[in-house]
Amino acid sequence: MLGKTAGGLFWMFRYLERCENTARLLDAGWRISLTRSGDTSGEWESVINTAGIRFLYDQKFTDFDAGHVINFLLRDTDNPSSVLSAISLARSNARLVRTALSSEVWEAVNEYWMAIKAALARPVTEKTLAPVLAEIRNRTAIVRGTLHGTMLRNDIYNFCRLGTFVERADNTARILDVKYYVLLPSASFVGSSMDNTQWENILRSVSAERAFSWLHGGDVTASSIADFLILDRRMPRSLAFCHAKILENLEHLEKDYGQRQPSQDMAERCTARFRNRRVAEVFEEGLHEFLETAIHDTAILASQIEKDFKFYG
Amino acid sequence: MDTKPRFFDEMYDASGTPRDPYSLYSDWFGQEDIKHLRNKSQEAEAFFRRIGITFNVYGQQEADERLIPFDIVPRIISAREWARLEQGIEQRVRAINAFLYDIYHRQEILRAGRIPAELIARNEAFLPQMIGVNPPGGVYTHIVGIDLVRTGEDDFFVLEDNARTPSGVSYMLENRETMLQMFPELFTKLKVRPVSHYPQNLRRSLSDCAPPAFAGDKPVVAVLTPGIYNSAYFEHAFLADQMGAELVESHDLRIVDSRVCMRTTRGYKAIDVLYRRVDDDYLDPLNFNPNSMLGVPGIMDVYRAGGITIANAPGTGIADDKALYSYMPDIVEFYTGEKAILQNVPTWRCSEPDSLKYVLDHLSELVVKEVHGSGGYGMLVGPAASKRELARFEKKLRAKPSNYIAQPTLALSTVPIMAKKGLAPRHVDLRPFVLVSPEKIRITPGGLTRVALKEGSLVVNSSQGGGTKDTWVLGD
Repeated sequence: MLGKTAGGLFWMFRYLERCENTARLLDAGWRISLTRSGDTSGEWESVINTAGIRFLYDQKFTDFDAGHVINFLLRDTDNPSSVLSAISLARSNARLVRTALSSEVWEAVNEYWMAIKAALARPVTEKTLAPVLAEIRNRTAIVRGTLHGTMLRNDIYNFCRLGTFVERADNTARILDVKYYVLLPSASFVGSSMDNTQWENILRSVSAERAFSWLHGGDVTASSIADFLILDRRMPRSLAFCHAKILENLEHLEKDYGQRQPSQDMAERCTARFRNRRVAEVFEEGLHEFLETAIHDTAILASQIEKDFKFYG
Repeated sequence: MDTKPRFFDEMYDASGTPRDPYSLYSDWFGQEDIKHLRNKSQEAEAFFRRIGITFNVYGQQEADERLIPFDIVPRIISAREWARLEQGIEQRVRAINAFLYDIYHRQEILRAGRIPAELIARNEAFLPQMIGVNPPGGVYTHIVGIDLVRTGEDDFFVLEDNARTPSGVSYMLENRETMLQMFPELFTKLKVRPVSHYPQNLRRSLSDCAPPAFAGDKPVVAVLTPGIYNSAYFEHAFLADQMGAELVESHDLRIVDSRVCMRTTRGYKAIDVLYRRVDDDYLDPLNFNPNSMLGVPGIMDVYRAGGITIANAPGTGIADDKALYSYMPDIVEFYTGEKAILQNVPTWRCSEPDSLKYVLDHLSELVVKEVHGSGGYGMLVGPAASKRELARFEKKLRAKPSNYIAQPTLALSTVPIMAKKGLAPRHVDLRPFVLVSPEKIRITPGGLTRVALKEGSLVVNSSQGGGTKDTWVLGD
């Protein structure tokens, strides 16, 4: 496979994952604004922070009006992470690597792009947000389904998956890091209704509220949430899960290519940080520091993958 | 039907009776509901968008990806008509390859005085770098797309030979796919010859021309594209995909150990056959245009040393040069010893003073083309031009006569399209696709029919508002 193609696949799936994550963040923000009376701009501000685009947002707006935030995240082309930007980039990467994709995957991405372009042709309001988010969720599911159902399990598939899990690991770590203070045992408002909503919001941002209740029943504590999203390998958006998947795909590539790459050593070290750990130890190390290291390591790992597999000349 | 008598309509004769190849189709059409068919047209458009069969138009940022309109009425050619075309095309393509070999070796045709030597020597399409080079398998034009037009029952003319990098074959294949999906019942009624084996044949033809340096059991084939912003990118990706070849851009390529190699996830890997979709001029910045970002520095040296096959070979442009076009009947005769089966359109070479005078006197009746132009750009269609356009063109013509040739405005045949109110005749041309390997010339039955969608228009180019039709060649 061409190095360029591997890079195209990797980025195509990073951008697709990004679309989904942005939609999920918006969904969480929107639910809070529905259930709360009064000023919700603090919640929208935290959505912007979590998306990691505060700097860009500040250049355009001085307030955190729901309409501004929603449209900046969904359709603003000045925002390279907006759903519209990300799906366009995902699709142009898909065009670039078209020969590596099954026609089903290509058509699913192309139709995704066409549908989202149409849905975002005009500004979105709080009223029209729900169907747009539903569309994004459905379209993502179709792409994922065609990927699983129609693609050979070879190096092409591995690069798609690497893109997905690198992006997801980064996203989950960011969500936790922006809200890490509500998870700290020392937080003074523990048990107040305020932090219940905050916790719920974190779970919702990764579509895990239902899964969490199944596993933990009524036992909602900060440490059980942190444990779930950081260390629980059953949870498909947890850091432990994402890093295990990254390693697994690199191992497949090692087998396929008959060569071990430096990125695999790195991935092993990352995975080790989540294996056989107890959440208490993470808190001892410092939740914020732990998450910062995770974000940093993921970025370094991604650029090592780019180098090892010759994405660029 | 409103058919102006001076044009030959391929579906209906002057009395409105369907011609033989169309009789079954016409019966079927008569029983269909027009509204239903119009819906089918929209269905086809959605289908094309979904697959992403779009093309980029140069200099039009707004509509950066456009769809070539597809018409659901097929163009039908009888087995007898096709047999004759096939013979003519094969003869012409053989002559073109013999001519290219000769012109880059002993130049017998110039010695014999059949074409003027200065037409070659001073022609930009002639590449001195190709002199004495023997392309692998002896093939110059692996892929040819000959443009044909029809003016009567048995009157087919060659408009252009397209021996460089002809495009449009993906439309031929996708048009058929679309028709099969939309009207499966028609294919049970009519015996339409399939076109779907084209990509396999292309791969075979290219593999059969592996270079001397090839060692292994299966030649590595790659398609070289200028990139995703090129107007024909869809086709490049489509062909690579269908052939199971890699789609490469210049920045994926590098010369390693005297071979052209592509950067893979596991290091550099040698390419045996490169189906390039970039022009000669951009192929090698060391040997041709030094500013090219699209080519591979040094690829010509590898080519000359037998390290890679380039398809089509560099320098084939001299064979479809418009200045040489008028000599094609002589070229065919010179190399095959036979009279040309396909007719040439009578052509005035404006470089000759008598011809120039005639052209200037009859400008409003003629089609004038730039010798090196393509895609319908820089062309004058006399009868359709305004007085101002004529005057402006006359100036250009006088300034540089050798840059132009002129031809009579041909009464191009028509085939009906599905218009708002039903069938309406529109002018068409035909581009059959020819694959050349050392042993065999393969012509796909059919080709790309381009249709001028505007009533009365004679310009079928997609860049000028033309559309396409599926082309059916009937079996015996």
